[in-house]
Amino acid sequence: MNSNILVIIAASAILYGTPLFYAALGEVFAERSGVLNLGVEGMMLIGAVTGAWASQHLPGTSWLVVLLSILVGAIAAGLVALLHAFLVITLRTNQTVAGLSITIFAGALGLSSYFANVWHVAAHPVNHPIRILNVGGWADAPIVGPIFFSQTILTYASWVLVVLASIYLFRTRMGLNLRAVGESPATADAMGINVIKYRYGHTIFGGMLAGVGGVYYSLTIVPTWVDGMTKGAGWIAIALVIFGFWRPDMTLLGAYLFGALQSLSLTLKARNVHINGDILNALPFVLTIVILVALSSAWARKRLGAPAALGVPYEREER
Amino acid sequence: MKKFWKLAATAATASLLVAACGSSSDSASDTTVASSDTTASGDGFTLANFTPLEGGTVVDCAPKSGPIKAAWIYVGPINDGGWTQAHHEGLKAVEAALGDKVETTYKENIPEGPQVGTTIDQLVADGNTIIFGTSFGFQDAFAAAADKYPNVCFEFETGYIIKNNMSQAYGAGEDGDYLAGMAAGAATKNGKIGFVAPFAIPEVIRGVNAFALGAKSMNPKATVKVVWTNTWFDPAIERKAADSLISAGVDTIASAQDSPATGEAAKVKGIPWVGYDSDQSANFPDIWLTANTYHWGDYETARVQAALDGKWISGDYYGGLNDGFIKLATFGKIVSEDTKAKIETKKAELSAKSGSQFTGPIKAQDGTVKIEAGKTASHADLMGMDYLVDNVIGELPKG
Repeated sequence: MNSNILVIIAASAILYGTPLFYAALGEVFAERSGVLNLGVEGMMLIGAVTGAWASQHLPGTSWLVVLLSILVGAIAAGLVALLHAFLVITLRTNQTVAGLSITIFAGALGLSSYFANVWHVAAHPVNHPIRILNVGGWADAPIVGPIFFSQTILTYASWVLVVLASIYLFRTRMGLNLRAVGESPATADAMGINVIKYRYGHTIFGGMLAGVGGVYYSLTIVPTWVDGMTKGAGWIAIALVIFGFWRPDMTLLGAYLFGALQSLSLTLKARNVHINGDILNALPFVLTIVILVALSSAWARKRLGAPAALGVPYEREER
Repeated sequence: MKKFWKLAATAATASLLVAACGSSSDSASDTTVASSDTTASGDGFTLANFTPLEGGTVVDCAPKSGPIKAAWIYVGPINDGGWTQAHHEGLKAVEAALGDKVETTYKENIPEGPQVGTTIDQLVADGNTIIFGTSFGFQDAFAAAADKYPNVCFEFETGYIIKNNMSQAYGAGEDGDYLAGMAAGAATKNGKIGFVAPFAIPEVIRGVNAFALGAKSMNPKATVKVVWTNTWFDPAIERKAADSLISAGVDTIASAQDSPATGEAAKVKGIPWVGYDSDQSANFPDIWLTANTYHWGDYETARVQAALDGKWISGDYYGGLNDGFIKLATFGKIVSEDTKAKIETKKAELSAKSGSQFTGPIKAQDGTVKIEAGKTASHADLMGMDYLVDNVIGELPKG
């Protein structure tokens, strides 16, 4: 029963959708504060390479090294996000240009590849990968086993995270303040909310989550660093934010949909179902383009619930 | 794309060779170099698989004094875990063998385009007299540079243009693939083997077929289910392809991809794995069978030595098991002694006659006889292979 194609698709949707979710949730936080972060791809790669390095070099028991590696990846990506925050919040540079620069600077053949070269990260697999678990020995249980009891620690953490993030955004004072900053920073400022602090904080935290998404690639999917290994996942994550209407729960669903699409054509081929794999493989990217184009129209942004001040630098003098 | 073009190129080279050299090129390994000019100084490696350019003259690219300056131009990073890394290990082997007689330089991440010509100009200006190019897309720039600098020796890996001062090199991966297939055929219990393959181009098709024939030789009922990823190197897609094959019921799996992602998928389920171009026995001790690997070092050492001696001559190299260009990686502990013995026997056979695993009767998937009983595919047949043999399951992508 567990080799049923629907079970396999559901299980792989979660396995491959999880890193997309982390990166996308990070972007939700940044965008809710009004900062568009197009540097996600670069931040994911920085997270992936530093996480792999940590797993190769840190001493300690396996689970401890895994936790530290996730932390190292998150912090490293957070530092890159800090740079983005400084550029767009303090220096008020164009957010699109800054984000693209960050991805080019930190991404494939950039800083992440440089680190990999000087630290020789690619030379061998990581010492302590994040393993797929067998929770309560239920991994082989019919249907639910492969889907729910045979995932990694980061997947289970993401399910907790989606609940916490939803509560934070919609049920706490800080979440309300954050949304205010994203909608109308001038009003928020007048209310006594520190706009700059909120923007810095959420951009950096968002970058850290992107780093965790990157670590998922280098420690779970292929427990080895590979140059440019995220292969555009960061861009999909940005599109997912819009797809999920800037809501954590919807973003999770979107991530799983994209995760499923990414492995669907291969799953079908392995079962002798011959469809045009190229079209299926391209589908996530086509959807990404459509969504990103939709975002660019003001009407759509309003309708879909985009933060009104998204992408607009905040200057007190201009109130 | 580089490998795709390399392939098209290899096929073209083969046909050129057939035209140029007649029967002598039917099996590259039959051809030997008569003179000792191109013999390496090292551990007995000789360029037995090197066919000198007909009418070619010795190019004197020896240094006037001091060490010879040798340079490598790579399309990717030196740690890509695959193509470029294998070539970089060649550079290191040259350094190790020739010591202070050579001064090496490399340029990595050079995009295929106008930058190649500039890079060559710069390397020549720096005094490099032998230059290795390792991506098909560099070929035109190399050919132009060969004309521009007649006293510089150009080595190309791999393409098809041969000039008096531009040589070509590649090798018989299909021999190693057959042996790896034998290990998989012995390992499978339900007879279903999975294969994660990159592009459906002759080089890869030849490898998949050789692998399937090797598996069949150990288990007549063995089938090889192939999934094409359409990428040389995308670990996430490779992993997904492997997962999909495993979920479809294969109990042994192989890959011809540049990353060990397939091994990771196999490790989770504890099923035997045949890797590619990299010995992963230490990283996957419980599931490792073996892998076909390429070794550029001996060839490159011999060539730099020849240049150093002022005896470099252009030609075409097609390495094999017999000269160590193709090697089988360490056997994993799950490979039985009986299987190892059978593989070693076959290895000796293929080493003596490269390509002899493609001896008929060999049928394509639709049942048509592609190689008749008693006949062996010619080198040109191998280079242009465009069908899957009858125990391979899976379609060739159309157009």
